[in-house]
Amino acid sequence: MRVYVPLDAAAKALGADEVAAAIQAEAARRGVEITLVRNGSRGMVWLEPLVEVATDLGRMAFGPMTTADVAALFEDLKAHPKALGLTEELPWMLRQTRLTFARCGVIDPLSLDEYELHHGLKGLKRALSLSDADIVAEVRESGLRGRGGAGFPTGIKWETVRTAKADQKYIVCNADEGDSATFADRMLMEGDPFTLIEGMAIAGLAVGATKGYIYTRSEYPDAVSQMTRAIQIARAAGVLGPSVLGSGRAFDMEVRVGAGAYVCGEETSLLNSLEGKRGTVRAKPPLPALQGFLGKPTVVNNVISLASVPVILDRGAAFYKNFGMGRSQGTMALQLAGNVKFGGLFETAFGLTLGEIVDDIGGGTATGRPVKAVQVGGPLGAWFPRALFDTPFTYEDFATRGGLIGHAGLTVADDSVDMLKMARFALEFCAIESCGKCTPCRLGAVRGVETVDRIARGDAAAIPLLTDLCDTMKAGSLCALGGFTPYPVMSALTHFPDDFAVMREAAE
Amino acid sequence: MTSHDPQLVHRVREILNDHKGMEGPLLPILHAVQHAFGFVPQEAIPVIAAELQMTRAEVHGVVSFYHDYRDHPPAAHTVRLCRAEACQALGAERVAAHAKAKLGVDWHGQAHGVALEPVFCLGLCACGPAAQVDGKLVARLDEDKVDAILGGMI
Ligand SMILES: Cc1cc2nc3c(=O)[nH]c(=O)nc-3n(C[C@H](O)[C@H](O)[C@H](O)COP(=O)(O)O)c2cc1C
Ligand code: SF4
Ligand code: FES
Repeated sequence: MRVYVPLDAAAKALGADEVAAAIQAEAARRGVEITLVRNGSRGMVWLEPLVEVATDLGRMAFGPMTTADVAALFEDLKAHPKALGLTEELPWMLRQTRLTFARCGVIDPLSLDEYELHHGLKGLKRALSLSDADIVAEVRESGLRGRGGAGFPTGIKWETVRTAKADQKYIVCNADEGDSATFADRMLMEGDPFTLIEGMAIAGLAVGATKGYIYTRSEYPDAVSQMTRAIQIARAAGVLGPSVLGSGRAFDMEVRVGAGAYVCGEETSLLNSLEGKRGTVRAKPPLPALQGFLGKPTVVNNVISLASVPVILDRGAAFYKNFGMGRSQGTMALQLAGNVKFGGLFETAFGLTLGEIVDDIGGGTATGRPVKAVQVGGPLGAWFPRALFDTPFTYEDFATRGGLIGHAGLTVADDSVDMLKMARFALEFCAIESCGKCTPCRLGAVRGVETVDRIARGDAAAIPLLTDLCDTMKAGSLCALGGFTPYPVMSALTHFPDDFAVMREAAE
Repeated sequence: MTSHDPQLVHRVREILNDHKGMEGPLLPILHAVQHAFGFVPQEAIPVIAAELQMTRAEVHGVVSFYHDYRDHPPAAHTVRLCRAEACQALGAERVAAHAKAKLGVDWHGQAHGVALEPVFCLGLCACGPAAQVDGKLVARLDEDKVDAILGGMI
């Protein structure tokens, strides 16, 4: 009997380790021989811990499992009270286009053999047969844009690094994933770490870099240990090291852990942190592509950007770019979070509307109350009211509507949310996490909190002050922490003016 | 500040040795020091600074920049509650208020050997409110779970 219990941090937080132990104990008690695989998560977080049992028909899913449900796994599976059917046939799975997350939850994350059986290393092998310029061209033609937030074309960034002349170049993976409502990077690193390793190795071949770093968060200890073990396994198998897959070309990497600073997700701040400095933001130019880590040409890419490269090299640029809409090509790993009925990771081509994502895929709120607002793109993203639910999920459409898709995290909130409080929180967060380099961000955010408090006390005259302050932060900040904090603040004020007027009316 | 504790200095030097040849070794060194002592002792700073050819002020500047590094020993227990938006949408504020009241402290406070710390996202945003209790992740936190957790500590 082959049983799968996820090792994903969300599954563990919901009791996966206890369920796994109970399965082992029950098997021993019954004298049944089992192979217990700790896989990644399928992304259906509301069903975690989601246990799977391999059958002749395919893998059957059970969830959310508790230790009390374990004994019945050894009896008639179809009659199990938590039986959901075949995993691959669940509507949530069927509706997805899993390219980047194709293997996550499917394979044993640390088995290189299983990885290869599921198309792993094909992209890297193809890259080894191409010239560096041809690898970059393939990535450019795929239309892949940065999944970390800014959406910059990955191929163009790589070309800058490729053509830069230097004795040493670097690939730095931005795995700092600090945005609320995002967990795609974490899920991939825990559930399919070889994909990220393969993507970084391809990037190394493409630009002539021999060393890579994965910079991740101290809040992600499971991802850190999983990535570290996967790198050791890849090195022992010759996927990494002085001769990648026997090609004679070197590439190796290591994991580095941050120390609790949101701003270190910003690429130049990240590079300073990686160098052992305070995580303050650097002015651009020089671009990190030309003067990055230790002053050398450096590719800085998000986990999902890099993890999308293997499938692009394997299946070709034309295949990848076929998905999506307009200049938003390929797939995006949506992360449905907050007060949502079906929370989790859903990979799909760009172009669904926000309403389809929230109401249809997400099933509305978990509390069953009406959805009031959805924040898209993390703490620097705008809050969208229902009136804007027809917005297609693309970089351009969200920008046109005064927002951003960022790393594709969506926080759903029901009608009990107070948008004035959320605006205040955005400013408070900015004040706490500011790197301190520019005044509009460092002081503006503190003033902003005070101004929102004045509004909350019924001082309507403070509303134009808040607007002015946001304009100043937008115009005078060096990076998007200060520059984009106005998005959640102004969207709250614009779309939910009632929440800013209640106290005033009460005072009148 | 001079280093009076030869054992401490010895341990810090061992850690420095383990990190020789690394590019940008300061954060890994500080993590290792905090792991060894539970915090970053003041006396470790000149030793690290000398090895990395930095000034003490520079090393101190790095230590103070990051939320993770402590300059004092940790409490017996640490409860980190997520304060970020997705967890708020599921009642994180209410749960935090309950924990604060129960301990009689605000954020960053300590009582009965329990430190209460805020954290901005643990990547458990689809099953919040989330917490990290002495390193262990907890999802779907509510007042009852807080009572059970704190009850086991105080
Ligand atoms: C305050 C701030 C935080 C950021 N956090 C992250 C992050 O956690 N992960 C990430 O990939 N990009 C983050 N970014 C964006 C990076 O600066 C950069 O655009 C990205 O790493 C580039 O990779 P990509 O092109 O693959 O997206 C952040 C930017 C800012 C301003
Ligand atoms: S906007 Fe804020 S975080 Fe960004 S560089 Fe300026 S002070 Fe630092
Ligand atoms: S917002 Fe709380 S875990 Fe992400």
